[in-house]
Amino acid sequence: MKNRFRLPAMLLLATAVSQVYAARTDLTLGMQLEPPNLDPTGGAAAAIDEVVYANIFEGLTRFDANGSVIPALASSWAIENDGARYVFTLHSGVTFHDGAEFTADDVKFSIERAMAEDSTNAQKQLFANIDSVEVIDPLTVAINLQQADGNLLFNLAWGDAIILDPATADEAATSPVGTGPFVFGKWVQGDRVEILRYQDYWGEPAQLDKATFKFISEPTAAYSAILAGDLDAFPNYPAPENLSQLDDDPRYSVVLGSTEGETILAMNNAAAPFDDIRVREAVAHAINREEIIDGAMYGYGTPIGTHFAPHNPAYVDLTGQSDFDPEKSKALLKEAGLEEGLTVSLKLPPPVYARRGGEIIAAQLRDVGITAEIENLEWAQWLEQVFKGKDFNLTIVSHTEPMDIGIYANPEYYFQYDNSELQALMTTLGSETDPDRRLALLQEAQQIIADDYVNAYLFQLARTGVANSKLKGLWPNSPTQANDLTAVYWED
Amino acid sequence: MKLRSLVPGALLVLLVVIAALLSYLWTPFDVATLDIRNKFASPGAEHWLGTDHLGRDILSMLMVGARTSIAVALVAVGIGMGVGVPLGLLAAARAHSWLDELIMRGNDLVFAFPALLIAIMITAVFGPGAINAIIAIGIFNIPVFARLTRGAAMSLWNREFILAARVAGKGPLRISLEHLLPNITNLLVVQGTIQFSLGILAEAGLSYVGLGAQPPIPSWGRMLAESQTLISLAPHLALFPGLAIVITVLGLNLLGDGLRDWLDPRLRRER
Repeated sequence: MKNRFRLPAMLLLATAVSQVYAARTDLTLGMQLEPPNLDPTGGAAAAIDEVVYANIFEGLTRFDANGSVIPALASSWAIENDGARYVFTLHSGVTFHDGAEFTADDVKFSIERAMAEDSTNAQKQLFANIDSVEVIDPLTVAINLQQADGNLLFNLAWGDAIILDPATADEAATSPVGTGPFVFGKWVQGDRVEILRYQDYWGEPAQLDKATFKFISEPTAAYSAILAGDLDAFPNYPAPENLSQLDDDPRYSVVLGSTEGETILAMNNAAAPFDDIRVREAVAHAINREEIIDGAMYGYGTPIGTHFAPHNPAYVDLTGQSDFDPEKSKALLKEAGLEEGLTVSLKLPPPVYARRGGEIIAAQLRDVGITAEIENLEWAQWLEQVFKGKDFNLTIVSHTEPMDIGIYANPEYYFQYDNSELQALMTTLGSETDPDRRLALLQEAQQIIADDYVNAYLFQLARTGVANSKLKGLWPNSPTQANDLTAVYWED
Repeated sequence: MKLRSLVPGALLVLLVVIAALLSYLWTPFDVATLDIRNKFASPGAEHWLGTDHLGRDILSMLMVGARTSIAVALVAVGIGMGVGVPLGLLAAARAHSWLDELIMRGNDLVFAFPALLIAIMITAVFGPGAINAIIAIGIFNIPVFARLTRGAAMSLWNREFILAARVAGKGPLRISLEHLLPNITNLLVVQGTIQFSLGILAEAGLSYVGLGAQPPIPSWGRMLAESQTLISLAPHLALFPGLAIVITVLGLNLLGDGLRDWLDPRLRRER
């Protein structure tokens, strides 16, 4: 009876030992939010791109780890007609995961699909300037623009501009078929998505055999999963309070990087009391950014004074214009006839920057006589009430899209800022190709929104990642919403 | 017979009630003021129980939190008694009639839903907050009191003194109020104490999942929830609200046990 168990036990031991000594080729990566679907051309959720971008799907160009635009499916391009026509040469021998060949027809199909009237693409403005897509031969494709545009290569690098095969495009939401280094494996709803290495990948193949994206929304559960070794990495780790502890532990490394997330206290510019610039300025001066970064984010974050990422070369530091000055706040409120104090709503989505930051901001506002009534909302409620319904006074949210200052030119956007000067400037920017002029225009735009105190600008979200210290090759920064696993490997 | 559980139970409950009442007049620190530079201070001379992740004094927060817990549980038990006892008396007076069936099956229906589920349904419609937590816990309390009252009243209806009252011409309403209610008060007090402790737990549970009192009003359950990820960094953040809940619930249960022994006529005779 006793001997019967010996062989399986030995086998088990043998596999366990071999696992310890060979470098691992699998990876389990934690994410806080589960994607609603897996088609980046059909949804705005960041979680979609965080699974599929550069892993399953590729576009003509792409972002690298530093945010620069580099060639992807297009090996090279030529700019003609003073910047109004781009001719792309495509890589040869590229196949989709189902074996279909990648050709210029797929490019034409994908871009026209995104541009179409009935397209559900979340970033349609990326394609607004495209006039037509012209197939020259199977490996050459030209994009004709309505007017010269220096942004085209940048726009085509977004996850929303990836290339799909016409035969499988409709199923991309549930069983994505792309050209990337990983093949979609399976999706267990509410738990995980698995991807496997694509053996016939056209470029440098991935080093991992298999990767699993596991969805853990609770910060506590994420912490336990990391400590238990159930997760090898958590690139956007949700509990900054644990980072110093994890950093002290030799088994883990903490990777600090930058994100494109401008965290703002958004104000409803179209409704009283924040339709009055004096009240908005009063809020801006009531906010103590250091205290928020320290208290809510445990020091991880960079103060910002406008809606722009500090690591961007065009960034202007305008934090001084809205410095912490409660006396000035009170004076401004008095000027606006609100010295008796006022009560406003503060609607908070689930992330920790909003929930904890909200409590701190409510206390700071109380010191100048503004009572902010906190209301904690789930994401679905927040999108419904605040983002779509515009039924709020104040809210805290991080805008994680890269270079998204353009939202200020849209008076329909949830904070409802309407300034024709800025709208004109953004139109000029759209057709400007000279880099120096573009820089100047972007800086002017930052100044305008800071002068108008559209929102209170808090801090640039830091990317705080936790990973097994033997795991290498993850992106430290988030130049776009992505977890590019192409170059990830385990050190022996 | 010694009052083994009554006295310690009453003392623990008294401690919590005094802390809650005192918080209206005085707390060591203002719970609305943040002091982020002083976060995670260990228990010491200045902050007796330390400070939390935003530098607020934990003792002050527990005192104000006791207020929230007691108020929610008290009103909820009040709703349960106020609605449940009359329903129970009515059902007993009209025993085995269609009205009795209607009341008791209605109670079964409410009983079938856990309090948390009722609370989630209510907050889904009206939004989270202390008031909605009170309503949810109150609704959950109704069938408890209705059943207890009906059962106790039914057994009394056949007794001689009730018969005498009926012969004297008293109607069911007067009998219920003048003869039944005084005779089941003991039971109701004991059950009320137990339900009160369950109400404290339910309030903590609802706040823990974010459906109870909203920030910045301190609440024991939310203090626990917020300390979850910090437990290895500053264990006192979870320890003290947890202890507060344990002390209150233990105290109320001991008090309930003690009251039952004290008020039970059979045990009283032995004393």
